[in-house]
Amino acid sequence: MSMHLSILGRVDTTAPPLKLPLAAGEVRTGFPSPADDYLEAELDLVTHLIQHPSATYFLRAKGTSMTGAGIYDGDLLIVDRSLKPKPGHIIIMSVDGELTCKRYDVIGNRHYLFAANPEFRPIPLEGRECQVWGVVTHNIHSLAPGFTV
Amino acid sequence: MIALVDCNNFYVSCERVFNPKLEGRPVGVMSNNDGCVVARSAEIKQLGVPMGMPAHQIDPHIRRQCILLSSNYALYGDMSRRVTDVLSQHTPHVDVYSIDESFLGFEGFEPDTLEERCQEMRHQVRRDTGIPVSVGLSTSKTLAKIANHRAKKESHFNGVAIMHPCSDDTKAFLQQLPVTEIWGVAGRSAARLRTLGIETAWQLREAAPKHLRKHFSVVMERIVYELRGEDCISLDDMAQPKKQIMVSRSFGRLTNNKADLHEAIRVHASRAGEKLRKQKGLAQAIMVFVRTNKFRQDLPSHNKSLVVPLPHPTDDSRELVRAAIAGLDRIFKEGIWFQKCGLMLLDLCDHDNEQLGLLAEPVSDEQRERNERLMATLDKLNREHGKNTVRLGMPRKINAWELRCEHRTPRYTTRWDELAIVET
Repeated sequence: MSMHLSILGRVDTTAPPLKLPLAAGEVRTGFPSPADDYLEAELDLVTHLIQHPSATYFLRAKGTSMTGAGIYDGDLLIVDRSLKPKPGHIIIMSVDGELTCKRYDVIGNRHYLFAANPEFRPIPLEGRECQVWGVVTHNIHSLAPGFTV
Repeated sequence: MIALVDCNNFYVSCERVFNPKLEGRPVGVMSNNDGCVVARSAEIKQLGVPMGMPAHQIDPHIRRQCILLSSNYALYGDMSRRVTDVLSQHTPHVDVYSIDESFLGFEGFEPDTLEERCQEMRHQVRRDTGIPVSVGLSTSKTLAKIANHRAKKESHFNGVAIMHPCSDDTKAFLQQLPVTEIWGVAGRSAARLRTLGIETAWQLREAAPKHLRKHFSVVMERIVYELRGEDCISLDDMAQPKKQIMVSRSFGRLTNNKADLHEAIRVHASRAGEKLRKQKGLAQAIMVFVRTNKFRQDLPSHNKSLVVPLPHPTDDSRELVRAAIAGLDRIFKEGIWFQKCGLMLLDLCDHDNEQLGLLAEPVSDEQRERNERLMATLDKLNREHGKNTVRLGMPRKINAWELRCEHRTPRYTTRWDELAIVET
């Protein structure tokens, strides 16, 4: 099976977050300026991935309980504190004073944290000192040798 | 209406966001080298540890129960920016007054809705940044400040206190509030007010403004109007909180010229240094910020701030200028039209250190010239006989820098290699 990839554009890795208009022509009736098609900003991964900059934090994953969800030891988690966690979300939660990353779910009306690795048992939240810290929106995992996140 | 938003125990709250274990524990944040307590959690206040106390003077029995951390300015600066960002989503009129306080203007908003709006804003700050804030609402800055105090102290307000200038409740509160509790009324003025028979905020409010202007200053006259609910004080008029000094100014017109910003920051830093020497303080860190015009939606916005820790507490304008310029260079961006820039000196401490006293006196021009000559001589000696032949007011030898970071937590939000770690 082959996979088709199309190239969207080149990435400026040094670019700080930029809010550039994708096309800079004035809005007016009639025909759009054909030049608009060529006035494209560079793609900015930060603004693409982060919806709420002031509420978004980077955290470092440690451990092996989430490998089933594609989160490996040393990965870079993008966490948005402004989102309300829904069942199924992977979240950061402070449990008994420790920050932990797990999948949140509800069974019946009990709340649990689930690891994504069968070797770990679900953690019931009842009776624990716990607080939602944020929702993990993305995980960055480097693939090429010599690259780190 | 005007709101004063104040972060509760800001430095400690920042630490708790990334280390929830600190929740409910007595936590103190220390200044640089000298190790005075510059921020306290409610729990450490309850143990009777006063603000500014040198860590080594805390009773060993109490000290054992406390968690004392070194200042993590990179973290506090970043969290402060995030809080300001959230506030800016609720009104375009945000005046940053210190690293943990902002005045918000709500002109044109329906007054009846403000309490609810402020509750929402407070919850959003808590949710997005983890920082608890209190909000005081009124029609003048002075009353907003008083209301903020009440929001913190009286739990029934739920973090947002509104004080209508003419309500019975306001009257009753001001009648029992000593004038010393009013923003901008210093101990000395209070003593002189007492000789005029003015002891409470209400008596001051009822005094004849013109009369006070004669005895005191135009600021005291304005405080009277402010207590009546008229907004007439500008932030520049007011004494800064003792532990911070801020200097900022808008440019006459927008500028994208780096030299303009450099020049402005240089002037601001020198001015801040003067203020600092006048109050006989030493600064431990400096926060530089730049702002674009939020009403020019056609231009890209670029509101950045950066905290630069100083290698040792100082009141030397040259060191302040150097640090401020270094900070500015990091946040400046080509092609951006700036409206305003400024800086804030953080965590001022008194210079009771003999070796630092050399530079720390409030000096006359003549003395300053002498100091400058001294500096030049020192520089010459160091040039000719090797670096650090003669050292200025450094209390310890080489490792002062490491020393003061001993208990510093990771710079969670500004360094890739120091991110908070979550167990999966």
